[in-house]
Amino acid sequence: MNAQAGAADGPGAGAPGLYRTVRTIRRFEETVEELTAANEIPGTVHLYIGEEAVAAGVCAALERDDFVTSTHRGHGHVIAKGAALGPMLAELMGRANGLNRGRGGSMHVADLSLGVLGANGIVAGGIPFALGATWAAAQDGQTRVAATFFGDGGLAQGLLHECMNWAALWQLPVIFVCEDNGYAVSLPASASAAGSPVARAQSYGIAAQDVDGMDAEEVHAAARAAAQRARAGGGPSYLHMKTYRFRGHHLGEAVLKLDYRTDEEITRWQQRDPMEILAGRIEAGVRAAIDADVEATLTDAIEYARNGPLPGPDTATDYAYASGLRPRKGNLWRGCATSKRSPGGCATR
Amino acid sequence: MARVRYIEALSRGLRDEMTADPRVVVLGEDVRQSLRRITFNLAAEFGQHRVIDTPLAEQAATGFATGAALMGWRPVLEFQVPSLLYVAFDQVVNQAQKLSLMTGGQAKVPVTYVFPGSGARLGLAGQHSDHPYAILAQAGVKTVVPATPADAYALFRAAIRDDDPVAIFAPAALLGHREELGDEIAPVPLGSGRIHRPGTDVTLVAIGHLVPVALAVADDLAATGISAEVFDPRTIYPFDWDLLRASVARTGRLVVADDTAKTCGIAAEVIATVAESMRLRSAPRRVTRADVTVPFAPVLERAVLPDKEAIMAAVRGVVGEAVAA
Repeated sequence: MNAQAGAADGPGAGAPGLYRTVRTIRRFEETVEELTAANEIPGTVHLYIGEEAVAAGVCAALERDDFVTSTHRGHGHVIAKGAALGPMLAELMGRANGLNRGRGGSMHVADLSLGVLGANGIVAGGIPFALGATWAAAQDGQTRVAATFFGDGGLAQGLLHECMNWAALWQLPVIFVCEDNGYAVSLPASASAAGSPVARAQSYGIAAQDVDGMDAEEVHAAARAAAQRARAGGGPSYLHMKTYRFRGHHLGEAVLKLDYRTDEEITRWQQRDPMEILAGRIEAGVRAAIDADVEATLTDAIEYARNGPLPGPDTATDYAYASGLRPRKGNLWRGCATSKRSPGGCATR
Repeated sequence: MARVRYIEALSRGLRDEMTADPRVVVLGEDVRQSLRRITFNLAAEFGQHRVIDTPLAEQAATGFATGAALMGWRPVLEFQVPSLLYVAFDQVVNQAQKLSLMTGGQAKVPVTYVFPGSGARLGLAGQHSDHPYAILAQAGVKTVVPATPADAYALFRAAIRDDDPVAIFAPAALLGHREELGDEIAPVPLGSGRIHRPGTDVTLVAIGHLVPVALAVADDLAATGISAEVFDPRTIYPFDWDLLRASVARTGRLVVADDTAKTCGIAAEVIATVAESMRLRSAPRRVTRADVTVPFAPVLERAVLPDKEAIMAAVRGVVGEAVAA
């Protein structure tokens, strides 16, 4: 495997690098699972466990300046693109020192300084940002590639097809990455998308292929080829990643007792765990060192997040407008009137 | 000085902003040919890389503009038909509008959505006659409905310069209106209302094409001894509540003319906001569209839209006996 050789390879390339990214995402997600169960993370989260090879392999083929648009199941993409775990976890915990200052949470986590144009709560909702951002960079004389992630459920969204059509017409440097984890919540992929997704992309003139989404090195090789094609002016690519999520659609699923898939099926896929596939290709000592490193980073991240201040209720409308416009406050003034952080109360207008 | 039509003033505003800022680009359907005349001659003047025809994909175009705006460009996206907003609604209200807050201030989306020919135009029927500014205001999108050529010019420029998404609606009934304009047109900030005509008995709030109608009503009523102050918010969101309150404090009475639905329309919001904090001398009234899809036959279309007679009757009713006596 010569995955580390290409000029377009990020620091996460090669089996050890990919393993580090996959391991980091896995342990981050397991931590998120625990913190959600302990009510330290509000709302719900969509865990990426089982699909880590896709984010790790794709983002290893991207440069720092390249773009990512993500999904509701976005933690892995954001981590693989290089986000710091502390601010990331703090965001999920609604802390003021989070990536989005506690305003976005799991479904909207973003780091624009890394080209991460946001996770997105609407299936396919972020895909067109990739078109506009890559076009804008080109106007500035830069070729910046975008990887735009969506799931098999996204294959049924019209907006994806608007964007594939448009990216092909304008030969934009966009890599369409379908994470086919088998289910759109409970709907099997076979009930979601007709025909062959790869053939669909090809019908737009987009280079497309099926990829084993459990093997990060295969993912990386395919993504690297797509990124090189994009940088050379060859336009968009479509990568159909066959993968599987080991957890439910979100953490509420266990409570709902959904039974759209069997334990046998889950167990079968877990035998192709993307983390273990990579671990089998690196030396035990290397693995142990990476694991220890990841644990230390995670411990720091948890401490950073837990020590982060909660945002003040009187700041609830901050950032609503980039121009600084202050929206009217509804009933918020009531909370402000009793807030220690805002002894004078809020304006009632 | 020249008599400039509203649509020409809009076009001039866009041209001047494209001249002033090389990062302003205009996108839309048939904008190079300029089907709606706002982009008239701009492709020849600025080049096709700044006047961009998109495929007929309104969702993608709206998200494309968001992506370009995130990169520091200032896209102006023309919706050829105002109700195409509905096709792109998620990308406007759930994506572009929310990114600043959801990212904790990381994202800035300085995009302008322009809706030429908004509202009914006699015979364009159910899907081409909406005037959908109220739903954007409810979603917190900065929303502008200029009523005069000078305001159209100035507010279009202000919208493009603003760092947030701004929707600007050019009412169909105003596109041919003319006004004497000099070489210099004073800037108008977003969120500032305008009193077109001072009065003492009633504040008559009118939006967009209903402003000239309200002025005609005020003229007619002046002859009968009723003095109506005509207030034009110009920007629907954010609304110039201070200027409105000052007006109502003088007149003590309120009528609102608004060509959107009565239910949850802007008129409802104006009356609620005033009633919450001020004591009126008589019950306020609103003149709006009927809560109905615009029917095709012109006689039916006219029957569901606010008009001069309805506004006149509302003002008379609110001013009532107090002034008449």
